Amino acid sequence: MKAGRVRPAAPTRGGRPTAGQPTAVLLYIVRRLLNVVVMLLVVATITFGIFFLVPWLQHTDPVLRYVGKNANPVAIEGIKVKLGLDKPIYEQFWLYLKGLVAGRSYNNGPDTTWCPAPCMGISTQTQTPVWGQLTGDFPVTAWLAAGAATLWLVFGVGTGVLSALRKRSVLDRVTMVTALAGVSLPVYFTGLVTSALFVYNLGWLPESDPGVTLADDPVAWFQNMLLPWITLAFLFAATYARLTRATMLDVLGEDYIRTARAKGLREGKVIGKHAMRATMTPVLTVFGMDLGGLLGGAILTENVFNLHGLGYDALNGITKNDLPMIMGVTLFAAFFIVMANLIVDLLYAVVDPRVRLA
Amino acid sequence: MTDTPSTEPLVDLAKDAPSEFLAVRDLRVHFPTDDGVVKSVDGLSFTLERGKTLGIVGESGSGKSVTSLSVMGLHRNVGKKSGPRISGEIWLDGKELVGASPEEVRRLRGQKMAMIFQDPLTAMHPFYSVGHQIIEGYRQHHPDAKKQQARDHAIQLLDRVGIPQPDKRVDSYPHEFSGGMRQRAMIAMALANDPSLLIADEPTTALDVTVQAQILDLIRDLQKEFGSSVIIITHDLGVVAELADDILVMYGGKCVEKGPAADLFDKPEHPYTWGLLGSMPRIDRDLQDRLIPVKGSPPSLINLPSGCAFNPRCPYAERNEGRCTSEVPELVEAAPGHRAACHLPAETRHRIFAEEIAPRL
Repeated sequence: MKAGRVRPAAPTRGGRPTAGQPTAVLLYIVRRLLNVVVMLLVVATITFGIFFLVPWLQHTDPVLRYVGKNANPVAIEGIKVKLGLDKPIYEQFWLYLKGLVAGRSYNNGPDTTWCPAPCMGISTQTQTPVWGQLTGDFPVTAWLAAGAATLWLVFGVGTGVLSALRKRSVLDRVTMVTALAGVSLPVYFTGLVTSALFVYNLGWLPESDPGVTLADDPVAWFQNMLLPWITLAFLFAATYARLTRATMLDVLGEDYIRTARAKGLREGKVIGKHAMRATMTPVLTVFGMDLGGLLGGAILTENVFNLHGLGYDALNGITKNDLPMIMGVTLFAAFFIVMANLIVDLLYAVVDPRVRLA
Repeated sequence: MTDTPSTEPLVDLAKDAPSEFLAVRDLRVHFPTDDGVVKSVDGLSFTLERGKTLGIVGESGSGKSVTSLSVMGLHRNVGKKSGPRISGEIWLDGKELVGASPEEVRRLRGQKMAMIFQDPLTAMHPFYSVGHQIIEGYRQHHPDAKKQQARDHAIQLLDRVGIPQPDKRVDSYPHEFSGGMRQRAMIAMALANDPSLLIADEPTTALDVTVQAQILDLIRDLQKEFGSSVIIITHDLGVVAELADDILVMYGGKCVEKGPAADLFDKPEHPYTWGLLGSMPRIDRDLQDRLIPVKGSPPSLINLPSGCAFNPRCPYAERNEGRCTSEVPELVEAAPGHRAACHLPAETRHRIFAEEIAPRL
């Protein structure tokens, strides 16, 4: 997607290309936002197709997911009417899309539930609108992602740069072996090992408690988040260390680094300014995408540490057959990924003067 | 200028400081590799007076660029296991650079000596504006200079090297310049601190022919104006023909011939120089059928041919009863100020040149 949208600028006379044409940039953003809408529509269609069209084709009734095992047929019929599951499939799809944009009401005569926009349906477990649950759980995921991202940027990029500068040193080898371990070990392994060690063996940290919030008890919240942050950051830091090291080594071989030295700049400035600027560009690209993906939920980490964020909702939805919840999380995650894509492209034009948006 | 201890010598004066502005003595730069030691420069000596131009000519891998990087102190990992071994002396205005600390050499870089690189597109940072890159070099050596003052200086420099609308172009990025403009900007960058030694490493190789002449003219004009000493490194004798006062021809990491430019063109002494002259198109002579290439390819710097490094490619080596393959020739004076490293007796060389070479040029 990126390669098609961003192209190197043709040589122009004078001025920065992006700064010169604000309308062009605005148009570009509008066009990309329309793209975002289309993408989300496609995702909504596909998830709807999987979860409602497929059961319908198989002649199983989605309503059974909303009711208990031994519900009486009258009650089932009532719920079916209320949720609109008695209507033809295309009408259900239309109501679903309409609900996303304008909200919808589920009613069965006097028994009415209003689901405000964006309505992603009613969770089969809690019988409440999915959207409300997602927005309620989102802060947990956002904090998890933010904390982990800070950690992995600092440590991943930091060790990557040091490794590149001390190529083939002991530090470089230790870092790269650790990074290999970080990439290879799954979160549910490192997560469980760290909890076993720090919580149950050494007792440095309390057992995880999904009820603690930042506002109520910042210290307990921090203790609660520490291991999830470290576990998630370890996974990503490994990738970033390797990426940064490789990029930095390439950059250090560039002619413009030699030019910077030829000007008599101090080595600190040659590395810290000239080399870092060029190294951080690809790192930034990957970072934007990773963060976007993470905001849609870190399924493994959240479940290992019992954090009730979007990733927890996703897995919970899957195990409990909560179709509206799965669709909601999918749509929610898709939104962040598409937006991250857009923001990375925009940032790229800011960071690299050769890139022109058009 | 203020942060440079320019009055103190870098190394004890017990070593006899030469009177010349730049003196390189017995410079050796050896790179250890897995296959063996690459002797990129092996016993090179030359001098350069203030305000004069020296042309260093040779094929790829003859050690020209390695020499210039040594003068600039730009070799990396010097003294480490993987890095090059550098020995000999480089005296710049009474200071010895090979033995000086990296920090002392860094202070001279960009200020007393500056370099113009071969490919201005890759040699400029793509993410910083041209002006920023000039200003940065200026302020490094003028820490007291205000931003605006440095910017004005950059605009003046861009104007001086012939960039139109310098007050606007100062904010352009390298990719927004044409190749010739980029090289002009690169020259402006090198001149930012009014260096007394300017090294141009193949300054025109990446440019098209019409622009080449402009850039060479510019370098010549600037040299007159700034009074700098200039080293021009090139594989093209044509480039230095009009520009250089002296020419040094390198082959296999050694100097094979050096002398005043006029002598070198009119009475070249070394068979390799004959080859270079024969392979150069000339507009001041009648058109020949074909240019004559120097046969063969440059020698491996790990395993130089025994004796004279040029002997496998030299058409006259057999006329010399095996001396060329067994004994490394010394650089001996052939005429005042004109030296060549060749075993052929001077009379034989002069006869060969007059009878076989000159008519073909």
